[in-house]
Amino acid sequence: MYVAVKGGEAAIDNAHRLLADRRRGDRSVPTLGLDQIAEQFALSVDRVMSEGSLYDRRLAALAIKQARGDLIEAIFLVRAYRTTLPRFGHSEPVDTGAMQVERRISACFKDLPGGQLLGPTFDYTHRLLDDELDGDPAVEPGALRDGAAEPATQIADILGGEGLIEEDPLAPGEPGDINQTPMEFPLSRAMRLQSLSRGDEGFLLALGYSTQRGYARSHPFVGEIRIGEVEVEVFVPELGFAVPVGRVQLTECQMVNQFKGSAKTPPQFTRGYGLVFGQSERKAMAMSLCDRALRAEELGEDIVAPPQDQEFVISHCDNVQATGFVEHLKLPHYVDFQAELGLVRTMRAEYEATRNEDVEIREAAE
Amino acid sequence: MTAATYNFAYLDEQTKRMIRRAILKGIAIPGYQVPFASREMPMPYGWGTGGVQVTAAILGPDDVLKVIDQGADDTTNAVSIRKFFQRVAGIETTTNTADATIIQTRHRIPETPLQEGQVLVYQVPIPEPLRFLEPRETETRKMHALEEYGLMHVKLYEDIARNGHIATTYAYPVKVEGRYVMDPSPTPKFDNPKMHMSEALQLFGAGREKRIYALPPHTDVVSLDFEDHPFEVQRFDRPCALCGAEQVYLDEVVLDDRGGRMFVCSDSDHCETRQAEGFRGELAGEKLDASTSDRTEEVI
Amino acid sequence: MDAAVTHAFEGGFAEPVLDAQATFRAVMDAMARPARIIEVAPRAAPPASLSPLVGAIACTLIDADTPMWLDPRLGESEAVRAWLSFHTGARLAAAPAEAAFALIADPGEMPPLDRFAQGTQEYPDRSATLILQLDSLEGGAPLTFHGPGIKGEATIAPVSLPADFVRQWTENTKRFPRGVDLILSAGEALACLPRSARLIEVEV
Repeated sequence: MYVAVKGGEAAIDNAHRLLADRRRGDRSVPTLGLDQIAEQFALSVDRVMSEGSLYDRRLAALAIKQARGDLIEAIFLVRAYRTTLPRFGHSEPVDTGAMQVERRISACFKDLPGGQLLGPTFDYTHRLLDDELDGDPAVEPGALRDGAAEPATQIADILGGEGLIEEDPLAPGEPGDINQTPMEFPLSRAMRLQSLSRGDEGFLLALGYSTQRGYARSHPFVGEIRIGEVEVEVFVPELGFAVPVGRVQLTECQMVNQFKGSAKTPPQFTRGYGLVFGQSERKAMAMSLCDRALRAEELGEDIVAPPQDQEFVISHCDNVQATGFVEHLKLPHYVDFQAELGLVRTMRAEYEATRNEDVEIREAAE
Repeated sequence: MTAATYNFAYLDEQTKRMIRRAILKGIAIPGYQVPFASREMPMPYGWGTGGVQVTAAILGPDDVLKVIDQGADDTTNAVSIRKFFQRVAGIETTTNTADATIIQTRHRIPETPLQEGQVLVYQVPIPEPLRFLEPRETETRKMHALEEYGLMHVKLYEDIARNGHIATTYAYPVKVEGRYVMDPSPTPKFDNPKMHMSEALQLFGAGREKRIYALPPHTDVVSLDFEDHPFEVQRFDRPCALCGAEQVYLDEVVLDDRGGRMFVCSDSDHCETRQAEGFRGELAGEKLDASTSDRTEEVI
Repeated sequence: MDAAVTHAFEGGFAEPVLDAQATFRAVMDAMARPARIIEVAPRAAPPASLSPLVGAIACTLIDADTPMWLDPRLGESEAVRAWLSFHTGARLAAAPAEAAFALIADPGEMPPLDRFAQGTQEYPDRSATLILQLDSLEGGAPLTFHGPGIKGEATIAPVSLPADFVRQWTENTKRFPRGVDLILSAGEALACLPRSARLIEVEV
């Protein structure tokens, strides 16, 4: 017997109650502290800060807990919160050259000023499950260098000294802000980089990978990857100078790509750039491959593959948008489905009618 | 993070000003999609963030808000959005179409004709009517600029050639004041005629795609068609089983797995109002008394 | 700090959120129903030469993202500039063509409509909105319009528009979808002329 569905509100309340129950899980297991998440799931926290576009470890940890570990849901929580925050101003550009590096590697040179610093990397670990981590084994503190670190010259400056890599001058004017202006294609590189930096790691990874397999191949070399903290400064007009407001951890990737040169330009390497909050080398590398691919038009290359197409890449790289729209398909669509159902039934009836006519004609002919 | 820390109607004032400016330009250029710097909202993109931003930007403490999804006030997303505004704006809400000053909708236009002073806010997923013919924004923008809509007519005509019908049954494109081709949002084409010369102001918000557009009252809105294939709305060969209404859009409800079906008003307020006025459909007598709690179980 | 600047802190919205919403709804209703006069209580008290209603509309729509042009009568008033700067945060546009909003206290002497930003064919929304302070919206030469938002036709008779307004407005509507939009105000009365409002030729 049909009863018009009522009680949507009660259903929602009950669903949320059940969600809270499942989130907590077995009550005999201690609840996770935000400090545990921030300390021991630090790379998840980094991803949430980076794609959530908000540098706040505690809030990112809270979002991960609230989202039951679903990182895209956590990113969404952080984004929805950050959009309500008042804007006090904008920082000066950060100087990654002055970064306090914890990791810095270059694939282009065996050694270079500042040296190769492996830092806290999974590289060269054997991916063997470690049962000891089921408990809480004693862990030695990391080994620290003695004395001050040698300044780590940026790869671009090393190659730039010989004029072997394109210059990367500051674009004139304000860089723009993807939060404040509706997107208008074609986008400036600054706007593209902002979008890529908060873009979905998986999407950029797949696109970057495709460039390596020949979809807009760019002959990439990792010029360098550096991870560490930089100081963030804000210019205060009343004081007339910039003051530090805090430090953030960043991962920067400078990709060095081949370029043939032209009649006007001598042969030189080109650049792809990646910069993200926290420690996320995979994302920074994928971003720099995508950035390089998206520079196709500027570098006079034919646009032949999806990673070079800015409307395609930028319009689809945001996982908060993507997940919302894909998942909205589960909302009721029965009004539209009814419209389609009506048309398909009509067309079916017409089809059957025509076929019956054909049969009658054939039978009459026989 | 409680409601108390948020501004009236959630959005900050700078965002409201930006959206309000876009609304005014949209009204001045009926059918043209105004780009706006859409914000993240506390509900997912694709779930009405554009409509919610438009509503939040126009809403005042004296407004009475109605929210519908699929024509009904009690569908889950309608309930969720209505609750959101109750919480962040403390405004009065209603399910009665005639009592509402602002109606936010997804997929339907109410059956009760709208009146002067009412605003209908549509949630729009893909605002660009040409998007499925040409995925590039740079290209579709040019086509609107040059009033180059041939591609759309070709597509509709190909439908006729292949199927004998225009195969678009919802989000059926319209032309506004003889100038802009506009997407009416995924309402069934049944509702298209209601947009034409409406007494109400109609505002369209697409959050993810960052566009706002508008139809002022008394605006000419024509569904695209051909002389030999004039535009037609859906017809149902029976009245609503609960209130007996004809010439309304119906939902098909599956009663059993043996082909049993019933058809009832998609506009729940329209249906309930008619039943209260004493109208009865053929199955109205069989309607059970409130087994609301049982039904709630099923919804979960 | 001179007297004018001190005064600039006063006379803004007493309840910024609700005052802006009420003023916006009046403007939105007027824009949606062109050439219809709407009465609205001004909720701002700007310095003389800027009317309370125009001051309130400025506080509602203008901010740091929208350059504003002031006609000479408003622009020469230090008090008006300081007040608008404090309450809206808007920067002044050097020329009419660079402004998103123009505030005009002397409509009879205003620059031609085509000197303001018209928008482009692809982005017609990037055009100026002109806010005019008139002596009255009644008693002048009647102007009759039709178009979206108007049931049949609508007539207003504003006083103190430019002498060749009919010609200028006809050209403005011909540029559609480009063109400027007007917010006309007099005292507590408001009427809008979006670019879509077409003048009906009247036999003279």
